[in-house]
Amino acid sequence: MTLSADFAAVLYVISAILFILALRGLSSPETSRRGNMYGMVGMAIAVGTTFLLAGLGDLAVLLVGLAIGLGGVVGALIARKIPMTDMPQLVAAFHSLVGMAAVLVALAAFYSPDAFGITGPDRIRIKAYSLVELALGAAIGAVTFSGSVIAFAKLNGNMSGSPILLPARHLLNFLLVAAVIGVTIAMVLSGGAASGGGVLIWILIVLSLIVGVTLIIPIGGADMPVVVSMLNSYSGWAAAALGFTLSNVALIITGALVGSSGAILSYIMCKGMNRSFVSVILGGFGGDAATTGGGDREQRPVKRGSSGDAAFIMKNASRVIIVPGYGLAVAQAQHVTREMADALKAEGVDVAYAIHPVAGRMPGHMNVLLAEANVPYDEVFELEDINSEFANADVAFVIGANDVTNPAARTDPQSPIAGMPILDVDKAATVLFVKRSLSPGYAGIDNDLFYQDRTMMLLSDAKKMVEDIIKAL
Amino acid sequence: MSAMLIMAAGTAVSPVVFQLTIFVLAVFVGYYVVWSVTSALHTPLMAVTNAISSVIIVGALIAVAAGFGSGEGISTWAGVAAVAFCAVNIFGGFLVTRRMLAMYRRKKR
Repeated sequence: MTLSADFAAVLYVISAILFILALRGLSSPETSRRGNMYGMVGMAIAVGTTFLLAGLGDLAVLLVGLAIGLGGVVGALIARKIPMTDMPQLVAAFHSLVGMAAVLVALAAFYSPDAFGITGPDRIRIKAYSLVELALGAAIGAVTFSGSVIAFAKLNGNMSGSPILLPARHLLNFLLVAAVIGVTIAMVLSGGAASGGGVLIWILIVLSLIVGVTLIIPIGGADMPVVVSMLNSYSGWAAAALGFTLSNVALIITGALVGSSGAILSYIMCKGMNRSFVSVILGGFGGDAATTGGGDREQRPVKRGSSGDAAFIMKNASRVIIVPGYGLAVAQAQHVTREMADALKAEGVDVAYAIHPVAGRMPGHMNVLLAEANVPYDEVFELEDINSEFANADVAFVIGANDVTNPAARTDPQSPIAGMPILDVDKAATVLFVKRSLSPGYAGIDNDLFYQDRTMMLLSDAKKMVEDIIKAL
Repeated sequence: MSAMLIMAAGTAVSPVVFQLTIFVLAVFVGYYVVWSVTSALHTPLMAVTNAISSVIIVGALIAVAAGFGSGEGISTWAGVAAVAFCAVNIFGGFLVTRRMLAMYRRKKR
């Protein structure tokens, strides 16, 4: 069965519409599950259409079938096994695959241009604008790939989360990007592999891979939500660039959707930290905690408490707000935290959760962990919806969060986090702060909250402390 | 298709400009759709955008066909590898999104 090009184009538009509906569904948890189904159907239509259109021979179908089968099994197994705490790494790994796929497709188009329909009248030289699209797709894809590999290593702990600052890194990045542009121009002039430009695309890919590395290594662990969102955006732009090469509407529309989605998420994350996108990209923020702050910090008096004290205070409270942060994910304490909340509810305590936009290592990270622990999503509130409630709360229970609660963001204009929107936990009658030690957070700054009279520090591993509190309740 | 590319004045619009129009409109659609996504679902959003951006598998399939058609081994094998990577992403992305979304529950009343 063969397909007319016009009919195929209509089918591609339908699959693009289904992808838009998939994203639209995410406006609420109830509609999201159907939305995801639309996405799957859209993908099936796009793949099926291409199968019929491309005219693959028997051997090709066999190879492709094996590749889809193998990749599908691997993907399905990962999706089933991955712990929710590891979602940031998984998403980074997936981004790297999209980047790599973009590079490979660009390579294939470069070496078989006539079959891709991107050659000029002589059917040998590739059209100039197609070469630009190809080069863009390959370059952005390569940056996405190597950048995501670094982001994965940092998130997965294969690499330190601290920024790695190369000497003259801004100049280096500038020169690399200039070289990529130069090679693109040379590619356009050469007209492709058949007319002697074969080596150029390899140079372009290698340079772009280096850019991906030098771009991400100076960015610290706490800025990872921005990096993950940014790479999400890049993977979309790479897909869109290749959509132009292939004149494929589904790819162009999807690439544009994903590109703008990642860009919006990056913007939301930057706003959540009151940082500019440029300052995040330039890097060097966070991870240098040991060098800032004086030795006098440890000497300031702190009120320490035990699990028994915490249980007593919370049992007698009428309203408790739980503030989870990345530490909750590290300690895998989401389930015990929900058990603690259940025990408190049994005592008649009103429990809610407050989530800062940049809590965790990717957008929405904490929401997924709490959902995994069976916390109903209508008990979970965003910063702007719950911040005024802290003044009426008896207890703010901070677990694994730090900088996002630091009142210095409001009061100290000299602070590195000045102006960052924070959760006003200091307005609660009592602050219980679960933390492994008194060390500062990723921003490398001391938290005045630790030393307030109303604060009780619960210094322990988050999971163990919460387990002990449940026993004491 | 070509009939669509003829403007009222009778001058043909180049396909690149036509595609650029679609692209720009899609960026606007994406902008409004993504702002309406609730922040509680930002992680599933990233997982599902990952899955749908793997529609680049379309290019990978064409690459395999092109490789066989032109006898260019690089294109064939680049295409097959890209198909496998995209398949990991498509199955992994949609299924992990489904797994996440199934966990979001309302309070039992």
